[in-house]
Amino acid sequence: MLTLQCPYCGVWAEETELHAEGEAHLKRHGPGSADHDFESYLFMRENPKGVHFERWRHASGCGKFFHAARCTMTLEVFGTYPAQTLEPPQDIKDKITAKYPGWTWREFS
Amino acid sequence: MSKAVSALDGATFEGFAKVAETGLRGMITVRGDLASKEMAAAVKATTGAAVPAQRKVVTGDKGAVAWMSPDELLVVVDYDQAEAAVAQMNEALKGSHALVANVSDARAVFRLTGDGNRDVLAKLAPVDFAHEAFGADDIRRSRIAQVPAAVWGNADGSFEVICFRSVAQYVFDVLKVSAEVGGEVNHLG
Repeated sequence: MLTLQCPYCGVWAEETELHAEGEAHLKRHGPGSADHDFESYLFMRENPKGVHFERWRHASGCGKFFHAARCTMTLEVFGTYPAQTLEPPQDIKDKITAKYPGWTWREFS
Repeated sequence: MSKAVSALDGATFEGFAKVAETGLRGMITVRGDLASKEMAAAVKATTGAAVPAQRKVVTGDKGAVAWMSPDELLVVVDYDQAEAAVAQMNEALKGSHALVANVSDARAVFRLTGDGNRDVLAKLAPVDFAHEAFGADDIRRSRIAQVPAAVWGNADGSFEVICFRSVAQYVFDVLKVSAEVGGEVNHLG
């Protein structure tokens, strides 16, 4: 079972206390954007075997959204971080690089 | 004015641990910047307590304050003091970005006493209730079986569970089943 630490309340919460909220770091394309951008914002998602960035919500806890970096294959969790950011923190990226040199995920590597 | 009653009107159950609905209690949800001096002053004036640290409860001479999230507190006072406390906090927080709401009638509170009360909770919530992990003045928001709830520890070794009033019967029932004689775990003590 997945256990993630909520960066807001510091609790090590297991999966049943959390709610998966899809992919992290989506860039919103709203009204007036190109059709292609809008379509990819709505529908196109990463589905990697390996390093992945996800949004989670501590639903039965403090209720906050946060981000998690983990490997979908080994279920290893590289870290969690607050949602008020546009990209993963450097220390988490370094951790992933140590384990999976040359990894990429969307525009991050 | 109609007479206020709590969700289960003080229902109790005696198993290997005792489950009791605690009756009416004043509860106020406060949201805002917990680090601000206005918040500290408002909490101090209403309860006599300081703003609690992460996942802690602080008790003052007029009430208690529990940490609910990085921007939310639960202020606990006597039931008949709740409206006055809301007015007092609103006045103290005037001008800052904050919300104060009386939720006394929207919640139910249960108290768990007796040996094995940690086991009663551990069967129902995905939380470490070991003595060294969870003690007096700790609060944890989690779930009880299938519904959200908050649990805090008292200095006398009892625990209090807060849930929404609409699920009070459900929470009482699952606590009852968990505390039934024959279901002792004797694990956490």
